Amino acid sequence: MSAPALAARGLAKSFGSLVAASDINIELPQGVRYALIGPNGAGKTTLINLMTGMLRPDAGRILLDDADITALPPDQRVRRGLVRTYQINSLFPHLTALESVTLAVCERSRAAQTWWRELSAYPREIEEAYAILCSLKLDSVCHRLTRELAYGQQRLLEIALALATRPKVLLLDEPAAGVPREESTELFAAIAGLSRDITVLFIEHDMELVFRFATRIIVMVGGRVLVEGTAHEIAADTRVRAVYLGRAVSKMPASAPGLLHG
Amino acid sequence: MLPPVFGVLFDGLAYGMLLFLLSVGQSVTLGMMNFINLAHCSFAMLGGYVTIGLMHRYGVPFFATLPCAFVAGAIVSIVFERTLFRRLYRASELDQVLLTVGIVFISIGIAAYFFGTDQQPLLLPGYLRHSLTFLGTRFAVYRLILLGIALAITIILVLILEYTRFGARVRAAVDNERMARGLGINVDRTFAITFALGSGLAGLGGALAIEIVGLDPYFALTYLVYVLIVVSVGGLGSISGSFIAAIVLGISDIAGKYYIPQLGAFLIYLVMITLLMWRPLGLLGRR
Amino acid sequence: MALAEKASAPLLHLRAQARWRPAEIAFWLAALLSYALFPNYLSLASQIAIAGMFALSLDLIVGYAGIVSLGHAAFFGLGAYTAGLLSKHGWGEPLSGLAAAAGAAGIVGYATSFVICRFRHLALIMLTLGFGLLLAELANSLGWLTGGMDGLQGIHTWKLLSYFHFDLYGYTAFGYALAVLFVVYLFARRLIHSPFGLSLRGIRENFLRMPAIGAPSRSHIRTIYTIAAAIAGIAGALLTQTTETVSLDSLDLSRSADVLVMLVLGGAGRLYGGLVGAVIYLVARDQFSGIAPQYWYFWIGLLLVAVVVLLPDGILGGLAKLASRWSRS
Repeated sequence: MSAPALAARGLAKSFGSLVAASDINIELPQGVRYALIGPNGAGKTTLINLMTGMLRPDAGRILLDDADITALPPDQRVRRGLVRTYQINSLFPHLTALESVTLAVCERSRAAQTWWRELSAYPREIEEAYAILCSLKLDSVCHRLTRELAYGQQRLLEIALALATRPKVLLLDEPAAGVPREESTELFAAIAGLSRDITVLFIEHDMELVFRFATRIIVMVGGRVLVEGTAHEIAADTRVRAVYLGRAVSKMPASAPGLLHG
Repeated sequence: MLPPVFGVLFDGLAYGMLLFLLSVGQSVTLGMMNFINLAHCSFAMLGGYVTIGLMHRYGVPFFATLPCAFVAGAIVSIVFERTLFRRLYRASELDQVLLTVGIVFISIGIAAYFFGTDQQPLLLPGYLRHSLTFLGTRFAVYRLILLGIALAITIILVLILEYTRFGARVRAAVDNERMARGLGINVDRTFAITFALGSGLAGLGGALAIEIVGLDPYFALTYLVYVLIVVSVGGLGSISGSFIAAIVLGISDIAGKYYIPQLGAFLIYLVMITLLMWRPLGLLGRR
Repeated sequence: MALAEKASAPLLHLRAQARWRPAEIAFWLAALLSYALFPNYLSLASQIAIAGMFALSLDLIVGYAGIVSLGHAAFFGLGAYTAGLLSKHGWGEPLSGLAAAAGAAGIVGYATSFVICRFRHLALIMLTLGFGLLLAELANSLGWLTGGMDGLQGIHTWKLLSYFHFDLYGYTAFGYALAVLFVVYLFARRLIHSPFGLSLRGIRENFLRMPAIGAPSRSHIRTIYTIAAAIAGIAGALLTQTTETVSLDSLDLSRSADVLVMLVLGGAGRLYGGLVGAVIYLVARDQFSGIAPQYWYFWIGLLLVAVVVLLPDGILGGLAKLASRWSRS
């Protein structure tokens, strides 16, 4: 039984009297697709920040592939393969899409430390970046400035930046946030197309996305994990319904891949 | 007989209170909107020149000019805030620095044009030029009055901040601007009023400063550095932080000049750098 | 075959971005032509080259890495005094003087970069201001070393490459300054178009995102700050060698302010911004040399306000916008 890709043991974080996270225990086995849901203020983004190193926990440990990364700074966690995307786009407005992804690739390959050779002397990095953009159907706009891209394309660029770091564990913070229905098909296809070598945790409010891609759902409320289970179990759980889904989730979406993945 | 250190402490305290008056507005507005206004001391300088002008050309008594200096600083700052500054609240730090430095340069030119580049002589009434002797140490009457005014203003500020609705709005906006807006607080108006108040205090400070440090067109630049030191060391958005930092700076500067004159301002800069490295948000800063 | 062609297209595009534009070649030719066009203004031309180099070094940290420094003159002055002291104590060889200045300024830059890289926003601005003021005060106090208010005396620059003698008309001085500027420019250009240059732009564009893509931002900042300090030191040394004087105003706050104004005037983050800004600023100052300093700064103030409000990307930015609008219509 191999070690979980990512594990949080007893994580806790408070801001003065505000308890943002309390006794969080989560395990992500290799290659799974889990979803993290919960009402606003439940502590989901705090958890992501704790896992990526943007916040230091008051207690608890974080293990990446069985290695304790609790003390590592954010950029080192990225180097070990723990990567996140942002709920609100955090991109490079005046860099082109290609430049942005190439930047991420160069940082990973440490090419970014050379100041004496031109960028075009690194065809491998550039081609890798281009390939990532192609896989997300962004190749046609790769020379456009990030600020000129459509919102849906920018969300895809968020994912492209994450992929450029060759993640082992990918934390997607509301990837569909703000993306209009018409543009979300590419986004969903991109998520479906993520390699099975990558373990994925999404924070989402979009239940269609959750039921479609996630095999297991973790529900957080008030800084704690309320319950964890398959899509079926969560949809049926009365506590979850009361707290979060509300009364009206009697009808499940037509395709419930919880069923498909089993 | 008190040792000379008490005289130095007293002078340092008075100087520190002056720096506090000059800096408190800057600290609160920076803490609220993160807007770097390097032209703050231009408003102080304006207050100084208003006092000079009123006294020498219209024979207005010194104390009567002080409210005018306050009002002048407040009004001119409102004009700038409405026309120029509000465009730059979301701009880069570089742009804010450049715009406000530009205004400083303009103010220096204007002051030089109307008043010349020499130090302005100030003819205070007789009783203000005396000093009291207590336990062998001389306490200048002017400095005593300066201390009194500054302390009174500090108390008023604290009262406003802690006990009025306006003060509550200011505290909320400094603490978390976005949330304050979300709660329905009109942050822009609160900021505008705070900005006017702070600039008015700077104007008052400028008027009171003439007797202590003199007034010339370069005042806006010379004391800017001190104000920035007080603000960054004291902590953005913190009145008590500015208070402490101003006193520490005032006493260090006077003591330094008295005991180790060859070091000059070196000590002040070193202290600032060290304190900032230890506490980048200032001693009592919140952001 | 098709895949290989498709893959090389983005590479060609990036390579094309780094190519020399005709306007650039024209710029350098015009600079060289100053010999013929402005033979009586060669000392001014040297000043412009030196100031341009100083502004270029500031651009690397302000325009590319996004660090607002109000104390960059510290490195300029360090380089100036290093070259001056070397010369005063018997070694006036110009090129090695430049190397020594770059070394001295670079070492101090490296040391301070450890502090600089850990701070942002107001604290960072104040730290750069503080360092600059500190060094200026130090230079003032150490009068026995720096000559205090009077500056260093007894500087004599030897022949350049053992052949070119520094004449009164400034022929050698200008050629020297321009040549060094060009070399420094080529270096900066290569740096900007390197993967490291891309990282710097990333830091400027979105500092918080950099660690999230695995970038060691602090290490990058330390590197560029050191390089910028060394180049500023070279500019300072050039000033000393070509004018054979050095004084406290090489470290002064006004010098830090002037170079920032030049950079912003031309447009930060555009490599040529500092050079263009230096030309305009110094030519204007020469033309209005009779004006008293407080009025000079009045007009500069007005200019700054106008630039920030109307032309936020400086003159080059404004021209670029015009050019793109023109090509679109």
